[in-house]
Amino acid sequence: MEATVANDEAARNTHTGAGQAGPATPRVSIAVDDTRKTRTLNVKAAVDSLSFYYGQHRALKNLTIPIAERQVTALIGPSGCGKSTFLRCFNRMHDLQPDTRYEGSITLHPDNLNLIGAGVDPIEVRMRIGMVFQKPNPFPKSVFENVAYGLRLRGVRNRATLAEEVEKALRGAALWDEVKDRLQDSALALSGGQMQRLCIARALATTPEILLFDEPTSALDPIATAKIEELISTLRDQVTVLIVTHNMQQAARVSDYTAFMYLGELIEFDEAAKIFTNPAKKATEDYITGRYG
Amino acid sequence: MRAVSAGSATASKTVEAALKGKHRDVRGQLFATGLLLMLLLSLALLVVLVVSVLIDAWPTLSSRGVSFLTSNVSSFPEKAGVRQGIVGSIILIMFVALLAVPIGVAAAIYLEEYAPKNWFSAIIEINVTNLAGVPSIVYGLLALGLFVYQFDLGQSIAAAGLTLALLILPIVIVATRESIRSVPNAIREAAYGLGATRWEVTKDHVLPYSTGGILTGMILGLSRAIGETAPIITIGALSFIAFLPQSPIQSEFPFISFAWLKDPFTAMPIQMFNWVSRPDQAFQANAAAAGAILLGMTLIMNGLAIWIRYRFRKKINW
Repeated sequence: MEATVANDEAARNTHTGAGQAGPATPRVSIAVDDTRKTRTLNVKAAVDSLSFYYGQHRALKNLTIPIAERQVTALIGPSGCGKSTFLRCFNRMHDLQPDTRYEGSITLHPDNLNLIGAGVDPIEVRMRIGMVFQKPNPFPKSVFENVAYGLRLRGVRNRATLAEEVEKALRGAALWDEVKDRLQDSALALSGGQMQRLCIARALATTPEILLFDEPTSALDPIATAKIEELISTLRDQVTVLIVTHNMQQAARVSDYTAFMYLGELIEFDEAAKIFTNPAKKATEDYITGRYG
Repeated sequence: MRAVSAGSATASKTVEAALKGKHRDVRGQLFATGLLLMLLLSLALLVVLVVSVLIDAWPTLSSRGVSFLTSNVSSFPEKAGVRQGIVGSIILIMFVALLAVPIGVAAAIYLEEYAPKNWFSAIIEINVTNLAGVPSIVYGLLALGLFVYQFDLGQSIAAAGLTLALLILPIVIVATRESIRSVPNAIREAAYGLGATRWEVTKDHVLPYSTGGILTGMILGLSRAIGETAPIITIGALSFIAFLPQSPIQSEFPFISFAWLKDPFTAMPIQMFNWVSRPDQAFQANAAAAGAILLGMTLIMNGLAIWIRYRFRKKINW
């Protein structure tokens, strides 16, 4: 891995060009391009020596990856390499299964919360980190109730506020124009692509700090996929996105940073442009050129 | 199409034969015919049963009409009616529902959503399933020892209701669990992913989406309870009851009375059993009429269950 994790004062002082980061957001310098000049990214979450176990099986091995704030980070790799397992660490989905164990840390900035810390309530983590799943999974309720549910969980009762936030989220997910006249209809009446955008709206309504996508287009047709990809590209203005995909073209299209994983290990992490044009590792090159996977 | 080798020549012949319908799947058709025959046989048995009950019941029902439903029991067959039986059965069923449904649904939710998957919950699961198959007379014996004598409830509505509630508890639990299990895990994950607690996932999603199945299971359990005879005869409720239980609502303070729980009672199947065991032919006809009414009651309940299931399926289609 080419990233030099240097989330310290020194790194911040030498790279203050962007200047839009919050006061406590650490930065990481990574070498980019052939010039090997370093480029700085604002770290929203720092994954440090993360290992994950299903019982005795070690599914993730010592991963260290910085997740860039308000950028799209894609995880690629062949099936079974641990991409989804890695993603599900961020919102503690594994806690729903018995006999699982985390090691290492995922530090959420700016408040230095270790998402997988023993004393951290998974409910609190999920309140701050949203997720969109592989298959669209809207609740069998109305379109409105689907989007409002996260807000209701957070104690929002005021009807005007709910209506306003629901509209905002649906607009954010590029779905408002299609459903504004059928907010009270069942969400199950929507098309597959609309359902998935509804799921994105449902997550957006809760203004998550990180939005996790677990192969969000694998069950969709190409047109619906294009819409979702376009949406993900626009989302980077408001939220940090982490997306798992085993469609490499998709990763190349939507991501700013890309991590290539294989058998639970991180093989390479870099800017997407670098990974897809000039990967440093042979294994990465073999994978993206379709030699396996 | 030209065959390239001998192997693909046979293959293309098979395909051609299949397309032109020359090759018949004889064994498959025999099997399907056999299945259809079995289905028709069981349907025919049901029809014969219903028709013979109706034929036996017709003289009484047509000559007595509604008065058969509203008359008290009597030692004169031409005056005797099933008023006590119907009222007793309805009270009994409501009491059983009040007991068995909350307990059964709660147990099922615990087993499905909360219990850790270990050897202990596995043993409980096996036992619940086995309990559903225990002969009802065994429940009757348990009730006789425990409710009638130990708790001193006597041959009362309370004793019979507790017995029947025990009897259908496994049915309610199993049906509720099936229904809860049919809620896709993706829905639970979606709710958890938004920050819901286990309680919120259960109350906002799992329960509402499985209500149809729970209600269906509940009604099927109750329709079994309404026809059960053995356990309530075992507890000794086979007596001649010429009056109704006390009303739960009283005209005097405190207006609500639970005295009816301790009242002796009769129910439709007991009434039938009572009449069948009399030598007088006229009572046999009464028994058949009571049987038709009981059959009607269970058919209505089952119809209700089907209707509820249909309505919920239309609303929620995974």
